[in-house]
Amino acid sequence: MADSTELIIERERGSTIVSDISSSHDEAAFEVAEDVLLRAEKVNVYYGDFRAVKDVSLDVRQHEILALIGPSGCGKSTVLRCYNRMNDLIKDARVTGTISYRGVNLYDEEVDPVEVRRRIGMVFQKPNPFPKSIFDNVAYGPRVAGQKKGLSEIVEISLRKAALWDEVKDRLNSSALGLSGGQQQRLCIARAVAIDPDVLLMDEPCSALDPIATARIEELMQTIKKDYTILIVTHNMQQAARISDTTAFFTSDVETRNDTRTGILVEVGPTENIFSNPSDERTENYVTGRFG
Amino acid sequence: MISRILDSKTKNTISRAVEKRSLAQDRRSAYKSTFFRVILQAALLLTMLILLVLLVSVFLNGTDHILSRLGDFLNGTMRSRSVDEKLGVHQALYGSLWIVIIVAVCAFPLGIGAAIYLEEYAPENRFTAFIEVNINNLAGVPSVVYGLLGLALLVNGQIFGLDRITGGRSTLSAGLTLAVLVLPIVVITASEAIKAVPNSLREAAYGVGATKWEVIRTQVLPYAAPGVLTGTLLSVSRAVGETAPLILVGAVSGRLGPNPGLFEMSALTDKFTALPLVITSWTQQSGRDVGFTAAAAAAIVVLLVVVLVVNSVAIGLRNRFEKKRG
Repeated sequence: MADSTELIIERERGSTIVSDISSSHDEAAFEVAEDVLLRAEKVNVYYGDFRAVKDVSLDVRQHEILALIGPSGCGKSTVLRCYNRMNDLIKDARVTGTISYRGVNLYDEEVDPVEVRRRIGMVFQKPNPFPKSIFDNVAYGPRVAGQKKGLSEIVEISLRKAALWDEVKDRLNSSALGLSGGQQQRLCIARAVAIDPDVLLMDEPCSALDPIATARIEELMQTIKKDYTILIVTHNMQQAARISDTTAFFTSDVETRNDTRTGILVEVGPTENIFSNPSDERTENYVTGRFG
Repeated sequence: MISRILDSKTKNTISRAVEKRSLAQDRRSAYKSTFFRVILQAALLLTMLILLVLLVSVFLNGTDHILSRLGDFLNGTMRSRSVDEKLGVHQALYGSLWIVIIVAVCAFPLGIGAAIYLEEYAPENRFTAFIEVNINNLAGVPSVVYGLLGLALLVNGQIFGLDRITGGRSTLSAGLTLAVLVLPIVVITASEAIKAVPNSLREAAYGVGATKWEVIRTQVLPYAAPGVLTGTLLSVSRAVGETAPLILVGAVSGRLGPNPGLFEMSALTDKFTALPLVITSWTQQSGRDVGFTAAAAAAIVVLLVVVLVVNSVAIGLRNRFEKKRG
C-alpha cells in the first residue's frame, strides 16, 4: 500500500488525481502488484441499453507495449477509450466495473477526468492536429495545464521524441495542416507526450498512413517505450507482432436471439505466445487468418 | 474465303452502326447539358440584371444630392420642402447607426451565448428539442409582431416599466426591438457553425487534458467564428433594413429634436428616425413634391453604403478567421 501511494506522490505535478488518496482505496492499492500500472476489472461498457463490451479484465504492466487486436466491432477501441475516460464524452455511454491506475479507481466519483487525461494521453486513428501552428499544437497541453514558461523547451523535447524535430524546426510557426499525414500523426504524438503523460493510448495510429510513415511510427514507439506505457489498438496483426510485448485478443460474441454483438476479451499473453501458441481456438483462427 | 469476307463486312457494318448510335447518344446528352447550362446562366444573368437596373436607377435619381451636395445631405435634417437647403439624412443616419450598434452589443453576445449553451451544454432531451424548434419558429415570425412586442414592453412600459430606461419612443427602444428580432437568426446560424466543428478537434483537445470550457474557448469558437460572423452579418443587414417594427415603436418622419452629433449619447432616448423610414416617408411625399424622389434615391444610396460597410467589415473579419483556421 505504502509503495503505490508513494508512487502517486512522486509523480505529482502540481495536482493529484483526487485530492485525497484516502483509506478507502488502501485495500485496492495493496492488491496491485508492483509493476501493474493499469488494472481493468470486470469492465462493461454500455451505449444506452446495448452492451458493447462485456466483463473485460486486463492488467497492463509498466513500460510495456500492449496490443489490442481483434476483428472489427469487437470493442477494442471502446475498451481503450475507457482508460482515459474518453467514453464520458459519448452520450448514453456508461462504464461499469473498475479500472485502477496506480491503485486509484479511475471511475471513482472524486476523480476528475481532466486530470486522468493529463496522465493518460491519447493518439487517435486519424491525425487530428489543431488548425494552429506546429508550435501551438505541441504547446496546447502544457498551456491548458497552466504552464507559461519553458514552452519552447517542451516543444523541442516533444518534437524530438516524436522524431519530427529535424523536419519542422525551421517552420514551427507555420500551420500544422501543411504537414503530410505521417508528419501530422507524429505531431499528434508530440502533442500527447508534451504533457508528460504516464501512459499513451493509441487507437489505430497508423491506419491512415502509408507503409513508410507506419514504419517510422513503429520505430518511434520502440524508442519512447522506456518512458511510457503504451496501449495500441491495431487491425494489423503483423504490426502487433512486431511491436508489442503483450497482446490481448478481443472478439465479438454474437447473441443469436436478438443479433447483437458484444465485445469480449478472449485471451491475453506475451505476444509470441499469442501468435505462435495461442491457448484459445478463436485466437488461433484469427491470427492464422482463418477468420476476421 | 468468300464467306470470311462477307463476315468481316457484316462485322464492319455492325460495329459502324454501334459507333453511330453511341455517337448520337453522346450528342443528345451534350445538347441536354448545354441546354441546362444556358438556363442556369440565364437565371444568374437575370438576377444580376435586376440588381443592376435597381442600382443604376437609384444612383441616377440620387445624383443631384450625392454628387453636388453630399456633405449638406449627410448633415441636413428632415424638411417639409424638397428644395430646402438643409434637407438631409443626418437624424436617420444617426438612428440607423445606433440601431446597428445596439443590435451588435445586445443580440450578438446573447445569441452566441445561447447557441453555445444549446450545442455544448444542454442535455439532449425533449425540452431542448422544444426550445430549438421554437427558436426556428421565432426566426420566421413577421417583424411587425416584434414591433408590437417593442411597443408594449419598451415604449409603453407594460409589465416591467422599461419605458423609464428607454425613454419610450426612442432610438434605444428601436435598437432593442430589432435586437430581439434578429436574436433567433443569430442563435440559429451560430448553432449551425458550432455543429460543424469536427468532433476530432474536440477529442484531441480533451485528450491532452483540456476542460470543457477550454475546449470551447480554444477550439470550438475559433473554428466556428467564420460561420458565426456570417450569421451576425446577415442579422445586421436585416436590422438596418427593417421598417415595420420601427413604425410601431414610434419612429417619426418629422418634428425631430435638434441635430444630434453622431455620437451624442443623450439623444438615444429621444424621438428618432432611421434610414428606411426616411426613404418611405420621402417616397410618400413625392406625390406632393416631386423633388423628394431624388432625395429618397439619395437616402437609399446612403443606406446601401451603410450596409456595404457593415458587410465588408464582417467579411474581412471572417476571412481573417478563416485564414487562421487554415
